[in-house]
Amino acid sequence: MTTIPVQYYLVVAAALFCIGLAISITKRHFIGMLLGIELMLNAVNINLVAFGRHDVERLSGQLFALFVIVVAAAEVTVALAIILRVYGRFKTVDPDKVNELKQ
Amino acid sequence: MEVIIFYIFSALTLAAGLLILFSKNLIYGAFALFLAFLGVAALYVLAGADFLAVSQIMIYVGGILVLLIFGIMLTQQREKSDDSTRHNRIEVPIARKAWGFFAGAGLFGLLVKVIMSSDFKMAGEEMNTKSTIKTIGVELMTSHLLPFEIAAILLLVALIGAAYLALNRNPTA
Repeated sequence: MTTIPVQYYLVVAAALFCIGLAISITKRHFIGMLLGIELMLNAVNINLVAFGRHDVERLSGQLFALFVIVVAAAEVTVALAIILRVYGRFKTVDPDKVNELKQ
Repeated sequence: MEVIIFYIFSALTLAAGLLILFSKNLIYGAFALFLAFLGVAALYVLAGADFLAVSQIMIYVGGILVLLIFGIMLTQQREKSDDSTRHNRIEVPIARKAWGFFAGAGLFGLLVKVIMSSDFKMAGEEMNTKSTIKTIGVELMTSHLLPFEIAAILLLVALIGAAYLALNRNPTA
């Protein structure tokens, strides 16, 4: 069984992370920014899993990736609740237009 | 053979990411994110993480993506026109596009340079094809018990906090 070198995974994860970063910067929409953050978290998980291949007894990389997924789920639920609250008050989803703490 | 499958799934993932980046309509971006998550799950399988790939599909595709699509639809701007391409549009100014491109491309160049110049010496032996579920279960219940419980409490706190915040989101006062 031919195994894929770890550098391949790292390059793919780096490209995915940079695409996520560009999405977070360019989208003028709260949920668009969240999509970029999710892509960045996935890229980090690819790195963790790629290095975890060489840790057969303890699988630390895969366990860390599992906790990252859990934290991402918690983050998305709270962020969506806050976005809905902000949308109900300001009637916009553009981060540039929400520039006051109180309206 | 395995390398070809790796190339196909990485190309799928990166193409889905670029589709999110360049699509004007956010709903299309959310559906492209679905493809990206599936591609990442396939990469997990190729790296020998079968349990993590199944968790990825269940949690990300089944939970997070549905939540994101709910969020997009609940925050939709009311458009008067009947043109179906007008909904969920995001207008991106050119300055921000340039900043995003420079940040992404610059960071990517830097990361690739570091990866190519590094020389990893792997200590452990390569993983064989056996399932990882038993090891993950034993590790979660023995040496990673405290993070496991903290994750449970974090999920409970997030659940209560999100339910509290999402209630009464259109205050009349």
